[in-house]
Amino acid sequence: MATQHSRSVARLMMAPAVVLLLGWMLVPLTMTLYFSFKKYLPLRGGDLGWVGFDNYIRFVTSSSFWPSVQATLVIVGGVLAITVVLGVLLALLLDQPMWGQGVVRILVIAPFFVMPTVSALVWKNMFMDPVNGLFAHLWRFFGAEPISWLSEASMPSIVMIVSWQWLPFATLILLTAIQSLDSEQLEAAEMDGAPPLKRFFFIILPHLSRAITIVILIQTIFLLSVFAEIFVTTGGAFGTRTLTYLIYQRVLESQNVGLGSAGGVYAIILANIVAIFLMRIVGKNLDA
Amino acid sequence: MGRIVLEKVSKSFGDVEVIPPLDLEINDGEFVVFVGPSGCGKSTLLRLIAGLEDVSGGRILIDGQDATAVPPAKRGLAMVFQSYALYPHMTVRKNIAFPLRMAGLDKAEQDRRVEQAAEVLNLTDYLDRRPGQLSGGQRQRVAIGRAIVREPAAFLFDEPLSNLDAALRVGMRLEISELHNRLETTMIYVTHDQVEAMTMADKIVVLQAGVIEQVGSPLELYRAPRNKFVAGFIGSPRMNFIEGPEAEKHGAHTIGVRPEHIAASPSEGLWKGTVGVSEHLGSDTFFHVHVDGFAEPMTVRAGGEVGLRHGDTIHLTPEEDKIHRFDAAGLRIA
Repeated sequence: MATQHSRSVARLMMAPAVVLLLGWMLVPLTMTLYFSFKKYLPLRGGDLGWVGFDNYIRFVTSSSFWPSVQATLVIVGGVLAITVVLGVLLALLLDQPMWGQGVVRILVIAPFFVMPTVSALVWKNMFMDPVNGLFAHLWRFFGAEPISWLSEASMPSIVMIVSWQWLPFATLILLTAIQSLDSEQLEAAEMDGAPPLKRFFFIILPHLSRAITIVILIQTIFLLSVFAEIFVTTGGAFGTRTLTYLIYQRVLESQNVGLGSAGGVYAIILANIVAIFLMRIVGKNLDA
Repeated sequence: MGRIVLEKVSKSFGDVEVIPPLDLEINDGEFVVFVGPSGCGKSTLLRLIAGLEDVSGGRILIDGQDATAVPPAKRGLAMVFQSYALYPHMTVRKNIAFPLRMAGLDKAEQDRRVEQAAEVLNLTDYLDRRPGQLSGGQRQRVAIGRAIVREPAAFLFDEPLSNLDAALRVGMRLEISELHNRLETTMIYVTHDQVEAMTMADKIVVLQAGVIEQVGSPLELYRAPRNKFVAGFIGSPRMNFIEGPEAEKHGAHTIGVRPEHIAASPSEGLWKGTVGVSEHLGSDTFFHVHVDGFAEPMTVRAGGEVGLRHGDTIHLTPEEDKIHRFDAAGLRIA
C-alpha cells in the first residue's frame, strides 16, 4: 500500500525522529567547527576572536599528535585482533554441549555489563598493582620479579583491559552466528573428507565472515573513542595518549577549547579514514 | 564395490534404544530404499552406515571390511542430505570439487572430474554460480554432483526430494533412477514416501520403531506383505482392513483388501454401503464408502467416470484371491 498518500504520511511521521537525530549530530558538529577557528581560552580571556587555521596547524605540528594517532590505531588494532580471534575460539567452545552451559554463557557475557571505569580500576588495583596485585603474587609465586604493568608495559595493559571488556560482545555475536550454521554442512564436509581443522577454515570461518565484519565495524566505532580506561589507569602517560585523550587534555587541562576542537575535527577525519579502509577490507562481506 | 552388510547393528541414545539389533545385506549395485513413518529410525540407520553416528553394538561391513570404527570420510560412501548441505560461500564448481580438493587431487584432475559430473547432471551452465542463485532442483543436482565426483562405493540419500515441489519431485525421481542405471553403484535411499520407495527401489526395507518389518522387492511387498503394518504402508491409497464377522468368514482376525481389488457396482455386490466423499482424479475415482456393519469407511478405486455421487447406494465385491488375511497379532496367514 505504498501509495503517494501513505508515503507522504510516512515521511511526516518520521520527521520528528529525523529532525531530532540531525540536530543531535549537527549542533555539536557545527559548534566544534565554529570553535576550531577561534582562539578560545575560557580561563584566560575567553573568546579572543577568529584565528583561521592556526589551531589546525598547531594541533598537527605538536610533538604529541602522531604518537597519539599511533596509540589510537595500536589500541584499536590490538583489541580487534584479540577479541576476534579469542571470540571465535570462545564461541566454538561455548557451542559445544556441556554441563552448566547456560550459567557459563551468562558468566562470559558479564564483563560487558561492568562500566569501563570500574573494570579499569579493578584491573589496575586488583590485578596489575606491582605490590598487591594478583599478577604480582603470581609472578612472585614462580620466583619472578613482579612487573609494574601500567608503567613498564602500559600499552599491552590497556589493550588487555579493553579486550577483556569487548571480548564478551564479540563472543556473543559470533556464538549466535555459529549456532545458525547448518549442522548438515559440517557433516557433509566430514563425509567429503575434511578433517576438523579444514572444516573450521573451509566451512565455519566463511560462515562467520559476516558476523566478524559486524563485530569489527561496531567495535571500531567504540574503540576509536576509548577514554575512561586510559583516564583511570595511566592518565595518558607512558605512551598511552590516544587522540581522544589528547583532545581531552587540550580542552580541559590546557583550557584551550579552540585547539581541542581542531583536534576533534582531526578525530573525525581519522575515524573516516579507518572506516574507508575497513569497508574496503571487510565491507564486501555484508553484500549478498 | 559396494556391498554393505549390517550385523546385529544397534543404536541407543542414552537409555532409549532407537534401533534394536538388526541384520541387513545390501548387494553391490542395488537400489535399496529404507521406508517408514517419521521417527522409525530410518535416517539414524543411514547415518550409522555413513559413520556420522557411532553404533552402540554390532558391526558394519563394507565390501567385507569391518568399517564399524572407520571415520566417515574413509568409508568410501557419499551422502546427499535433505537440506542439500551445499557450501553457500562457494561456487557450484568449488562445491563439487570440494571432496576432490580435500583428497588432495591435482587441479587438472579436479577440473576434469567436475566438468564430467556437471555434464552428466546438466550443470555446465551454472558452474560459476553460487548455491543461493540456484533453484531447488538445481541445488539438488549440485549435491548429487558433489557425491558423484568422489566415485564412491555407495551413495546414501537422506530424504533428498522432500524439499522439492510435487512436479519437480517426480522429475528428480526419474533422474536419480536413471543415474542409478547408468552408474550401477549401490544406492541407499531414505524416504517416508512409499511412492518413491515403490517407483525407485530394487529392494525396499520397511522399518517401524527401528525394527525391520519386511525386506523385499516392491512387488513382493505389494503382493505378500508380511504383516498389517507393511500391508497398510505399501500401496496408495492404503489397504482397507476389516475385522469382526466378515474376517472370521475367511478364518482370520483381520482381512485386508486394496482399494484397487474391489469392484464397485450401483446395483449388486457382496457388501452394501453409501458413498461418502468421492475423489475424481480423471483416470481414477476413489470412493470413501460407509459399508453397513463395518466400523471404518472403505476406500474403493473405480474407473474414471463412474456416475456415483455423495449419498448414493453402492455395492462392493472384493476379488477373492486378492484378500490378505492376518491373525490377531497382525501377522500374515499364508
